[in-house]
Amino acid sequence: MKNKFIPALFLFVLIGCGESITPVDSGLDAQILHFGNGSEPQGLDPHIVTGVPEHHLLISLCEGLTIANPKGGKNLPGVAESWVISPDGKTYTFYLNKNAKWSNGDSLIAEDFVWSWMRILTPSLGSQYPDMLYYVKGAAEFHQGITDDFSTVGVKAINDHELRVELNNPTPFFILLLSHYSTYPVHKETVLAHGAIDDRNGLWTRPGNFVCNGPMNLKSWELNKQITVEKNPFYWDADRVKLNEIRYYPVSNESTEDRMFRAGQLHVTNVVPLEKCPVYIEDNNPNLRIEPYMGTYFYRVNTLHPVLKDKKVRLALAYALNRTQIVEKVSKCGQKPAYSFTPPGSAGYEPDTEIPFDPVLARSLLAEAGFKDGIGFPVLEILFNTQEGHRKIALAVQQMWQENLGISVQLVNQDWKVYLAREMTGDFQISRAGWIGDYEDPNTFLDTLRPNRGNNKTGWENKEYDRLLELANSTNEQSLRYEYLMQAERLLISEMPIIPIYTYVRQYQLSSDVKGWYPNIIDTHHPKFIYLER
Amino acid sequence: MLQVILKRIAIAIPVILIVASITFFLVRMAPGGPFDAEKVVPPQVMKNLNAVYNLDAPLVVQYKDYMFNLIQGDFGPSFRYPGRSVTEMIFTGLPVTFELAFYAIIVAMIIGGLAGIIAAVRRNTLLDYIPMTIAMIGICMPTFLLGPLLILYFGIHLEVLPVSGWGSLTGDKILPSITLGAAYAAYIARLSRGGMLETLSQDYIRTARAKGLSEYKVIINHALQGGLVPVVSFLGPAVAGLIGGSFVVETIFQIPGLGRFYVEAAFNRDYTMILGTTIFFSTLIIFFNLLSDIAVLLMNPRARSEA
Amino acid sequence: MSQGSSLWTDAWRRLLANKAAVAGGIILLILIFLAIFAPWIAPHSYSYQNLELGAQPPSGNFLLGTDTLGRDLFSRILYGARVSLLVGFVATGVALVIGVSWGIIAGYFGGRVDSVMMRIVDVLYGLPFIIFIILLMVIFGRNIWLLFGAIGAVEWLTMARIVRGQVLTVKNQEYVLAAQAMGVSNIQMFRKHIFPNILGPIAVYATLTIPQVMLLEAFLSFLGLGIQPPMSSWGTLIRYGVESMEEYSWLLIYPGLTFTITLFALNFFGDGLRDALDPKISSD
Repeated sequence: MKNKFIPALFLFVLIGCGESITPVDSGLDAQILHFGNGSEPQGLDPHIVTGVPEHHLLISLCEGLTIANPKGGKNLPGVAESWVISPDGKTYTFYLNKNAKWSNGDSLIAEDFVWSWMRILTPSLGSQYPDMLYYVKGAAEFHQGITDDFSTVGVKAINDHELRVELNNPTPFFILLLSHYSTYPVHKETVLAHGAIDDRNGLWTRPGNFVCNGPMNLKSWELNKQITVEKNPFYWDADRVKLNEIRYYPVSNESTEDRMFRAGQLHVTNVVPLEKCPVYIEDNNPNLRIEPYMGTYFYRVNTLHPVLKDKKVRLALAYALNRTQIVEKVSKCGQKPAYSFTPPGSAGYEPDTEIPFDPVLARSLLAEAGFKDGIGFPVLEILFNTQEGHRKIALAVQQMWQENLGISVQLVNQDWKVYLAREMTGDFQISRAGWIGDYEDPNTFLDTLRPNRGNNKTGWENKEYDRLLELANSTNEQSLRYEYLMQAERLLISEMPIIPIYTYVRQYQLSSDVKGWYPNIIDTHHPKFIYLER
Repeated sequence: MLQVILKRIAIAIPVILIVASITFFLVRMAPGGPFDAEKVVPPQVMKNLNAVYNLDAPLVVQYKDYMFNLIQGDFGPSFRYPGRSVTEMIFTGLPVTFELAFYAIIVAMIIGGLAGIIAAVRRNTLLDYIPMTIAMIGICMPTFLLGPLLILYFGIHLEVLPVSGWGSLTGDKILPSITLGAAYAAYIARLSRGGMLETLSQDYIRTARAKGLSEYKVIINHALQGGLVPVVSFLGPAVAGLIGGSFVVETIFQIPGLGRFYVEAAFNRDYTMILGTTIFFSTLIIFFNLLSDIAVLLMNPRARSEA
Repeated sequence: MSQGSSLWTDAWRRLLANKAAVAGGIILLILIFLAIFAPWIAPHSYSYQNLELGAQPPSGNFLLGTDTLGRDLFSRILYGARVSLLVGFVATGVALVIGVSWGIIAGYFGGRVDSVMMRIVDVLYGLPFIIFIILLMVIFGRNIWLLFGAIGAVEWLTMARIVRGQVLTVKNQEYVLAAQAMGVSNIQMFRKHIFPNILGPIAVYATLTIPQVMLLEAFLSFLGLGIQPPMSSWGTLIRYGVESMEEYSWLLIYPGLTFTITLFALNFFGDGLRDALDPKISSD
């Protein structure tokens, strides 16, 4: 009996399935995009969430004053159809599109933005991403509870379609910030109908309640399974939107996602599994996309450590690494060696810093620091969060330092939260880190290493560096600004509180049916330009 | 027997409370909090976040509050997913994991039971060795090895089955159920074979044969019951193990079940979710063990008198 | 007593007659030998990365090929044997020590002591230990002794039950009652009567627990929580192998085969032991 069971099962399966039409096939006529989104989003409230999967969802559901240009470069008009900047660069006047509506038909007015920014800056809401708005006058003080009078904050509705924003400094990249979801408007009546302004657990984001102003609207939300959004007819640019639906799948396992793509269940994936990338490259897989991404992979050095506080030691460590070998033999997915902190090519910024792979120089620096041939050098720890890619690179670095400098390091991997906690409290010597730019301007990188920045975590405090960045931020003139930034970058690389390793790429698979999808350095692909065609 | 059941339930309640307490303090000992993120937030904001979730109260106070709510059946809000309560999340993932476990057990019992019975009846022949060796493979091969192999072959190579999902595409429940059920099929095969062999050597079987009953009738009417006793008593721990083993299958096949929720909660330090799921699983396991014990007692009069 | 020694020789004879068990035993001995002498047998270092080389199929220099970092697979499997067998034996050892002591005390003293102790076991049986292990691993991370302890803590319960049952059975045998009547001390009783008679089931169960433990460790490795590098257990090797099973199939085949064969050997040997010691099942 058991022997007859398996053939019977087979038959049943074959009959039951019939012809196999994949979701990708059927999505073509129906204009339904199947999107691999990496993990279940924390939520859909733009003022509370902090991650990339949330970003993909929110650019479909809501819209800010501007939107990122799919082909890179300056932002395009969003809710604001035009804007005027004062000569001193500190006052922005936005003229809102009169056709801008919420997904329930209500008109979108300037006061909506004022209320929304007040919401994200309300301390009791506990937003973890207020940084974008800190450039606005009075915003930081309001968020940190120094004042509770929102009228001191530099955002005002002049009339229904005119919004005036005042900044602390001329911030040349301010327009770029306004496509980030933390600056998005939310629908006041809807939010308040389901909780107070600062209620994190309010239910306004549930399907049926959700109201926002983007090209799509929330249709269904099945926890850990799928989120479906459908075309929003009230969107001001609805005529241009060709997709009818987007289905987001929170697939966290890379191998599973890869198989789903190959089986025609996804149009686009979130990542490519580590082992598959070099194979796909070699096979010239037409679905493989490897695109420059504004991010740097680096090792953070705790400059308060007795040995690591010596600049020569840090430079020795940096010069003993063969970055080319790491990207070609270890990460093997089109990454580029990094010789600066800010990725080159971001908004035309090309740093000229160099980090040579020079074991001889490295050894002599180490000797000058008092550790000739590595003798007497303590065994340091490389801390990283548990992940194969990080482990492989750490192993390679460990071997390179052993061979080129004669020193030993120990590899310590911790789970994500423990790793974060240790970095925050400075309980590490060398730790693996990555930084992705929030907007296309070098400031998003260089700013993090200024003294007293929470994201610094290296203990490096350099007054000259701080001064240069302050100067850069107080001028609107691009070439002068970049000159200051380059000087700061050179100073940074000569001090090496962080050891750059490679520049990120975005690696993913994209079905050839997807059109209107352009590579861009901050990886934002606005749904209103995307459509399916074979 | 009612007395036995009541006694067991009475013991179960303090056990669950102890489990809750231990887990509560264990989780809090872990470094890293639910709101630690890569982009560091100003201390003021962190203070606000902690206040919203009562994390700034002294630990003992938090414990008291939590246990108080627990007794009323309130597991609290998820720390990681604002707006979602733990109860809601558990009951979203639970039906899926249950269904998966159910199908896996069915697969295991059918394949395993049949294999074991045939192997016992045709002892020491090829029909004994082959199924038992395959059963051994089932026991020795990890799920995370079997799953991808099956997916590769049936999903990508033959293209007859979907590679992921649960209830979205036709036939997507087949491979996960087989993968999860495989190891249990193997155990059940061995157990049922052992049980059958023991029963078949009993006196009353010899009597039945001597009376002239056909072999078929002997097995169905007499041996089966005894042979299945070890299988049934195994079901309790089996369900417990299945719930644990579902993590892997849910990850490989992208199934939105409780197992995946749990592992992610542990990594995200979603305190309330971790606690809620642990307590829930404990209760479930205790319940299933009780059911399984009752079933054994009902099936086997001898055991009943020993109880 | 003579009854005991002929029991053992009978069992030994039956064991030797069981071909599968003998094969299993031999394989195990070979594996243990390889594991102990791995540093001398392994042709290459298990951790040295030859980045230029990358993943290569089996060849003269690298008997079973190399992995993506250019590390020799054969050497890694040999060292992996050490790790996996170590986990298997030590964790089982932990389970043994706790479970056997618990079972002996409960079974021997009986009465209230037994009742309370077995109640505790029943209660613990109902806990989702997997969850606790995951939690412990996530919280306390990379400690290998914690791993042994955690796994051992899961397995000792069944051991305790079996041992207690066995002690109860032996305790009620006539010769034990007779010895008690003669006034033999507890310790003597224990040494000469109880212990030799529970050894059998303990050995059987221990042998069958080791593969459980190894599977559990492999499972934890899959979740990223098992043995941490630079040591790699077979579970880790299999996990890597699964990731590249299409491109570099040898990375999965050899560790997978080794793992499965080892578990087979352990199970066949354990089964053989059990059959040998329990004549009822293996007769006819």
